Amino acid sequence: MLMQEEVTAAFHPQNQCLVGFAARSLWLIPAVPIVASGVIALLRQPRRALAAGLAIGSLSVSLFFSLMAFAHVLAGWMNSVAVRETVNFTWIQVGSAHVDLGWVLDPLSAVMLVMVSFVGLLIFIYSVGYMAHDVNFTRFFCFLSLFAGAMLGVVISNSLLLLFMCWELVGLTSYLLIGFWYHKPPAAAAAKKAFMTTRVGDVFFLLGMVWLFAQTGTLLFYNGGAGSMEPLKLGALLASPAGLGLSAAGAIGLLIFAGAAGKSGQLPLHVWLPDAMEGPTPVSALIHAATMVAAGVYLIARVYPLMQAGALAGGTTTALTVVTWVGASTAVFAALIAVAQNDIKRILAYSTVSQLGYMMAGLGMGGVAVGMFHLITHAFFKALLFMGAGSVIHGCHEEQDVRHMGALRKAMPLTFLTYAVGMLALCGFPLLFSGFWSKDGILEAAQHWSVAKGPFYMLVFGALLTAFYMTRQVAYVFFGEWRGHKTAHESPAVMTMPLAILAFFAVALGAIGTPAWPWFKAFLSDHAAGFEMARFGEPGLLPLMGTSTLVVFLGLGLGWWIYGGKSPAAEEPDALERAIPLAWGWLHNKLYVDELYGATVIAFYGWWAKVADWLDRCVWGGVVTSVAWLFRGWAQLNRLIDIHWVDGGFDKGCEELASGGGLLARVQTGRVQTYLRLLALAVVVLAAILIWSGRG
Amino acid sequence: MNGLPILTLLTVLPVLGAVIALVAGRHARSVALLTTLCGLALALVVWTKLPIDGSIGLVERAAWAPSLGIEYHLGVDALGALMLVLSAIVTLLSVDAADHVHRQPNLYFGLVLLLEAGLFGSFTALNFFHWFLFWELSLIPAFFLIKLWGGAKRGPAATQFFVYTMAGSVALLLAFLAVFLSTGNMDFIQLAAMASSGQLEQMVTAHLGPVMMWLAIGALAGFAVKVPLAPFHTWLPAAYSEAPSPVTMLLTGAMSKMGVYGLLRIAVPLFGHQIAQLRTPLLALAVLTIVMGAWAAAAQKDLKRVFAYSSVNHLGYCLLGIFALAVPAAGAAEQTSQAAALNGVILQMFNHGITAAALFWFVAMLQERTGGERGINDFGGLRKPAPVFAGLMGIVLFSSLGLPGLNGFVGEFLIFRGVFPLSWVAATVSILGLLVTAAVILTVIQKVFAGPVPERWASFPDMYGKERLAMAPVIGLMLLLGLVPQLIVDSVNPTVVNLLAHWRF
Repeated sequence: MLMQEEVTAAFHPQNQCLVGFAARSLWLIPAVPIVASGVIALLRQPRRALAAGLAIGSLSVSLFFSLMAFAHVLAGWMNSVAVRETVNFTWIQVGSAHVDLGWVLDPLSAVMLVMVSFVGLLIFIYSVGYMAHDVNFTRFFCFLSLFAGAMLGVVISNSLLLLFMCWELVGLTSYLLIGFWYHKPPAAAAAKKAFMTTRVGDVFFLLGMVWLFAQTGTLLFYNGGAGSMEPLKLGALLASPAGLGLSAAGAIGLLIFAGAAGKSGQLPLHVWLPDAMEGPTPVSALIHAATMVAAGVYLIARVYPLMQAGALAGGTTTALTVVTWVGASTAVFAALIAVAQNDIKRILAYSTVSQLGYMMAGLGMGGVAVGMFHLITHAFFKALLFMGAGSVIHGCHEEQDVRHMGALRKAMPLTFLTYAVGMLALCGFPLLFSGFWSKDGILEAAQHWSVAKGPFYMLVFGALLTAFYMTRQVAYVFFGEWRGHKTAHESPAVMTMPLAILAFFAVALGAIGTPAWPWFKAFLSDHAAGFEMARFGEPGLLPLMGTSTLVVFLGLGLGWWIYGGKSPAAEEPDALERAIPLAWGWLHNKLYVDELYGATVIAFYGWWAKVADWLDRCVWGGVVTSVAWLFRGWAQLNRLIDIHWVDGGFDKGCEELASGGGLLARVQTGRVQTYLRLLALAVVVLAAILIWSGRG
Repeated sequence: MNGLPILTLLTVLPVLGAVIALVAGRHARSVALLTTLCGLALALVVWTKLPIDGSIGLVERAAWAPSLGIEYHLGVDALGALMLVLSAIVTLLSVDAADHVHRQPNLYFGLVLLLEAGLFGSFTALNFFHWFLFWELSLIPAFFLIKLWGGAKRGPAATQFFVYTMAGSVALLLAFLAVFLSTGNMDFIQLAAMASSGQLEQMVTAHLGPVMMWLAIGALAGFAVKVPLAPFHTWLPAAYSEAPSPVTMLLTGAMSKMGVYGLLRIAVPLFGHQIAQLRTPLLALAVLTIVMGAWAAAAQKDLKRVFAYSSVNHLGYCLLGIFALAVPAAGAAEQTSQAAALNGVILQMFNHGITAAALFWFVAMLQERTGGERGINDFGGLRKPAPVFAGLMGIVLFSSLGLPGLNGFVGEFLIFRGVFPLSWVAATVSILGLLVTAAVILTVIQKVFAGPVPERWASFPDMYGKERLAMAPVIGLMLLLGLVPQLIVDSVNPTVVNLLAHWRF
């Protein structure tokens, strides 16, 4: 924010009619992996090489087109053109209105495209090694490809509806991949839990979407001034009150945020993400660390004009305030729980939840670039950590409990080195690592936030916890003495090479987001970026960097002091457990959120199912039975009338017909005749009335 | 209209087929297959010959009993034609699915074809007398199909089904007689025109006093039972679960649409004003249908009952859409919402028909393979021995859940798009139904396909070649309509505009 003001070079918007090849072919980026997934679905199980080849090949094509799209936007940026190219088309026509879909190429989608396809490709390659012995290898790559396609679809969407459709598809693949080992009941349960929890958010998202559609008449984000994220429609949304002091813009923003909170594991919908670790580790890296869970953050970045609508200069909106508080609370809450977990993946999962909270808070307080920068750096270092964890699990023969590991820095040196890089990036180790710069961006925004100082302190505390729990984990896994059963071994090159590449970026990405050269921020906000060391001299910046450095060192030091160089036996209670048993119990049991939901939401669901069933059986059913009896009485009465008053010829005919059916006659209980008679009677009565009235 | 009386042909065709099937003995199923294939071809021809402006086309008229206001009057707009196509598809699927009828196959397939004739007749008739005949006629084969080939409790189920629907029909008949006595007219189109000019209400009131509201309730009762609308739905779980699965496919796929169709063709055009007055209680019942239907499904242990209640829930969205759009003096924004809701309702009718029929087909296959087991807890881990089965049924289940990209989503999206601005409370409460349905369907997947395989199902056969071949077009259709709904909406939307222009609330 401060930095932007100094940049004066005016960017001119792009001529709307010019849609280049890069934008026109953008649809290929999601389409190619989706088609590949369809082809893989038809392959037989032994065609493993072909399946992996198709998946990797298709994602390489996507990466190529993504890079091309990125280059196009970058070229525009260097010529001071704010690139935003859209291709829109009508999907269905309803009345005189139409439902449009489309895709957009702008700095935001370009950056995200490159990240998703690049990290995705590395994880695909890694999976070849990790899943080598799995029976359902081909199916795995089918789901992975579908996921990649859907996720890339989310990224390029220029329509909230198209985004929602891809979003749900992403949810489906996440469900399929969490439950990939479907024969394990916990995996099946975790898959269902993930889908249901995110769907809670999604139904609110759906409501927000139909509301936005009803109010603005379009779901396109950008459409030459008529899109829902453009000033004309936003003005109309602001002018329309929605109760509780909110404008329609604010209310819709909050509903959409509910969807984002579900996907991105924000409080109170975070419960599914740790359980999702039941899936294979590459899935955890790709979907539940780098890309899908970040989709919620991306969504908020995409609809940022809506979230921000109505904010005065330097001010904020209700929607953004909510985003901030939810994000900051999630950051601390999940970091606390991460301290007391023993499963190597679960520690990382809670860490992911916590970091997603940072991103949300960054969006809420600092704008799109602040949140997105952390999203991008986090994608690299968290994917690195998960894949490192996968390598560890692989090397330790499927052991996931950190207490049964130890001293792996000797047995797995390459994994250790890369893991250490990822860990330091996550902790925000000063200057050298990307995580430091992206996290400091968020802390800086929090420092200047006009509403409250709470989030700032919460996020600083979260940073302390992050450094602490990561040190604890690394000390358990890589230091001390080996406490496992079988000897550990280093993973094959197909797994370690991607680690090395990711480690490089976990460091290098920091270069594009330092205060001296805030390229990333400038790129996303259509400003020029110049290199200027003097920006470090901005008020409050150096003290802030000092504070965050201090906090990180404090966390690392505390962690090392408690856990470093020690080798407690696996069965021994944790050092913290001995020190603060009560707090440890709560944290270890994830603050009992699952139990709380079990006693409330799940119980409510079961209770209402019983009520509905009971209503059906006893109440409605009872009424029906009585009515049925009345009706039967009436039918009998009619029958008498029928026999005595109306010529029986017609129903005699019916009877003959019925008994002529042979089989029909055998199963007749007597009632059949009654009903046939009734029908006949109805026709006769109808005819009689008609004739009578016809004469009149 | 000149040329071939194609709608008459369409209705006569299955009757002829039925007669041939009755005498065809063992070959009855082949006859039925051939007939339903021809029926589908004819229905598709009808679909392509619709007038572009959305009005009623392919009209056939002949004097029948002019002094009684009875005329042979047939015609379809996109709504009717879509229902014809749906009925044709569902009957074809049902015949295809019924390859295990050993007892009296000639009678079975004859009755199925008669039922198809009833469906075709009621979706093309534009005169009450004629329509009502087919409406009732379709009930008889359905009754016998349940009664003769159903499960253990088929007797009471069939009876309840028949009595209940009959009760609704009687109310409907009485209401219509009153209309006829007041106007001397039975023609849907003319009556609708009279209703929209306010003439109908005047005439009824002049003739019989202020009974218009009661007539509306009578008409609604008939359709409410058929669709069904809670709490008039209790016949449904029993009938759906006791009927043989291929017959359930017909009941849920096609017959349930007769009720929704009747609402759109008869109740709303004639009694729009009364429905608008009853809007709040009707909306409440629709929401009840959606939410309690979904929750009742959650309590069931029998897969057929689960899907039966899930059908109640899905058709609840149709009712929600119809009742929500009954707002008098709609402005431009409201008209767009009405159009969205009505398009959604019609899409939902079609899509639910396809999806529900496919679901019950899968249940039929499950039962065939396991000697009749269909409890939700009777299976487990079936994905291992039968991956294709699990995959394809999974697609159908997710279509039922409303996953975007498959057919189920589009209708629900448009209904919510239309309903939310017209009644945000109803829309908001109804999203509970979306959640609960998702939970129900995921539970089915979890219990049937995931977990360890019980020993007795270790050699559960996967789908056979011919089953895959039969299911492939259905799945293809689900994907196609999920991705390109415009294929249907292109024709439906003009009819929607046309209908809305003539309705008066």
